[in-house]
Amino acid sequence: MNILVCIKQVPGSSNVEVDPVTGVLKRDGASSKMNPYDLYALELALSLCEKWGGEVTTVTMGPPQAKAVILESVCMGASGGTVLSDRKFAGADVLATAYTLSQGIRQLPPFDLIICGKQTTDGDTAQVGAELAEYLGISNISGVLSVDDVRDGKLLVTASLDNNIVEESVKMPCLLSADADINTPRLPSYRIRQSVSEEMVRVISFADFSDQDEKHYGLSGSATQVERIFPPEKNTEKHSITGSAAEQAEGIFSLIRERKLI
Amino acid sequence: MYNRITDADIAALRGIVGESAVLTGVEINEDYSHDELGGISRMPEALIRAHSTEEISAVMKLAYAREIPVTVRGSGTGLVGAAVPVEGGILLETTGMNKILELDRDNLTVTVQPGVLLMELAAFAEENDFLYPPDPGEKSATIGGNISTNAGGMRAVKYGVTRDYVRALTVVMPDGEIMELGAKVAKNSSGYSLKDLIIGSEGTLAIITQATLKLVPLPKISVSLLVPFPDMTSAIEAVPQIIRSKVTPTAIEYMSRDTILFSENYLGKKFPDTKSDAYILMTFDGNTDEQVEADMKTAADLCLSIGAPDAYIVDTEERKKSVWSARGAFLEAIKASTTEMDECDVVVPGSHVDAFIKFTHELAKEFGVRIPSFGHAGDGNLHVYICRDNLDDDAWKMTLDACFDRMYKKAEELGGLVSGEHGIGYAKKEYLKRQYGEYPIALMQGIKQVFDKKNILNPGKICF
Repeated sequence: MNILVCIKQVPGSSNVEVDPVTGVLKRDGASSKMNPYDLYALELALSLCEKWGGEVTTVTMGPPQAKAVILESVCMGASGGTVLSDRKFAGADVLATAYTLSQGIRQLPPFDLIICGKQTTDGDTAQVGAELAEYLGISNISGVLSVDDVRDGKLLVTASLDNNIVEESVKMPCLLSADADINTPRLPSYRIRQSVSEEMVRVISFADFSDQDEKHYGLSGSATQVERIFPPEKNTEKHSITGSAAEQAEGIFSLIRERKLI
Repeated sequence: MYNRITDADIAALRGIVGESAVLTGVEINEDYSHDELGGISRMPEALIRAHSTEEISAVMKLAYAREIPVTVRGSGTGLVGAAVPVEGGILLETTGMNKILELDRDNLTVTVQPGVLLMELAAFAEENDFLYPPDPGEKSATIGGNISTNAGGMRAVKYGVTRDYVRALTVVMPDGEIMELGAKVAKNSSGYSLKDLIIGSEGTLAIITQATLKLVPLPKISVSLLVPFPDMTSAIEAVPQIIRSKVTPTAIEYMSRDTILFSENYLGKKFPDTKSDAYILMTFDGNTDEQVEADMKTAADLCLSIGAPDAYIVDTEERKKSVWSARGAFLEAIKASTTEMDECDVVVPGSHVDAFIKFTHELAKEFGVRIPSFGHAGDGNLHVYICRDNLDDDAWKMTLDACFDRMYKKAEELGGLVSGEHGIGYAKKEYLKRQYGEYPIALMQGIKQVFDKKNILNPGKICF
């Protein structure tokens, strides 16, 4: 089974500054890391290959320094990966990102399965996976909790809908978006890291794509425009529950029921 | 003999701290009769929730005049029964005194009330770009409790223990006198260090009501390495070699696969790797990628050269959480895996950690009990647990006594001491006496006598 995992390089800390003038995330000089949600996708892919055989490769869209996340995926067990990098891709929204990924993936060896993370920690849109499947003309399942069986070219998948858990059978090739916290991602290996080099990462640019219409990529290919990005207000509201032990227990119970936590 | 608390005492105490801050009889939750140690408990006659130094001073004046014993309690997370009011009397709870009073950026200090929790102080320091280095596993312990036991924690290898970070204390003496000990100074050769006598005295000499603590600038980068080893012997044997290589990890922790599996069960969360029988977990911190990377590389190469199949890199918030949250739950996880357990918190010189751990394995075989362990391999402070499992009362008591006896003797033989960070309290008194002998214990008793003539403050602990 050839599995392709889509990953993204995101800011390394959750305390990212936003430029007050342009509203753009200040990425320069800040540390970066692999999108934490993609780690679940990568772990799912690696464990499927351990069980059913096959190979995992990764793909990302980003600036040249995004090679680092591909190499990180290799340290976790992927056999290699590709960066889609070109200035023409800059400023892409979810639609243009999904389209660019679909064009890049068409240049790669055939795959049986694509796995994406649920969302990213910097964009938080959770749309790229489904849109990518649409562009590639393959089936898509979101909120995947586990892949329970692989048989006759089909996957048996357990996925989470808002109020239900569903079991679905899906024909390969297909795309799965892994839910968060479905596994504990393995750690990068120092031993593998000693033998990796940037030459192991393939870089594909606009010139390699079959669709050469620049209007389909980057800012000009985006259906949405970001008007303003601002950090959410910090909520420091505290709620004290007083009274006897029984009253306090009742208070806590009412509160968590009201917030639909139970 | 002490006086029992009378209705008149209760009325007087309510006059000092307010009506609702004095609880008696059935109003006192059973939790206040013990700490986390099993087997020793006694209900206090009165529970007082103190809110200021002045209140505590007035309470102590009354207790001193009336000769009523007083035991101070923080979060009650102690492991040696130090906060158990073994003579009854007043239990003075300081968790309501939980304000962070001052951050002094010029002197790099923070001043706190004793009820501030370790996790609150750690978060506050970090928000302000500082680090409060002492890092015991129990994050819900109070700072007052940490100072009272001279708690250590995981970063002791590089940063030292609580004592190294206490600059000044405000204390209330047993007779109610309020004293300021130490100062916001880096050096101090001004006579006997009374402040240092209070640190680690487990509430027997005076009551800590305020503490000024040293902070260090927050290191910008921190990376951990989780190194698997084929067995515990090879893991433990790696530790002295890492120390000799002169890289300075903030922490070197060891853990067995069994302990990790307990923690997986307890937390309902998988650990990133459980393929190997034993692991060493190290953390490196610093201000540049290059420096931290160089230290990490030296340690990783060393581990690979002595038989580790790999070294896993723990470099992001979520990876650290997946590893360190398990480490933080080991104590509770082992507790949940058995019917009852008791702990030995010995400390041996770093060079003898491997010898001691091997000894506990032999002991487990000899007595047919489970003795899981984990801990601070880098500083020689080991947490060794004897699990009761299915033993009946008599067999449990006999096995526990025999194992403890043998372990403390072994620690002593290796140049170690009874407690690394949990303290002596009530539970380890006999082992302390046995190791120290008469003269040092008499000195301790003399110190106690000078501080507390009527022996009303946390009686029956450490050296009595």
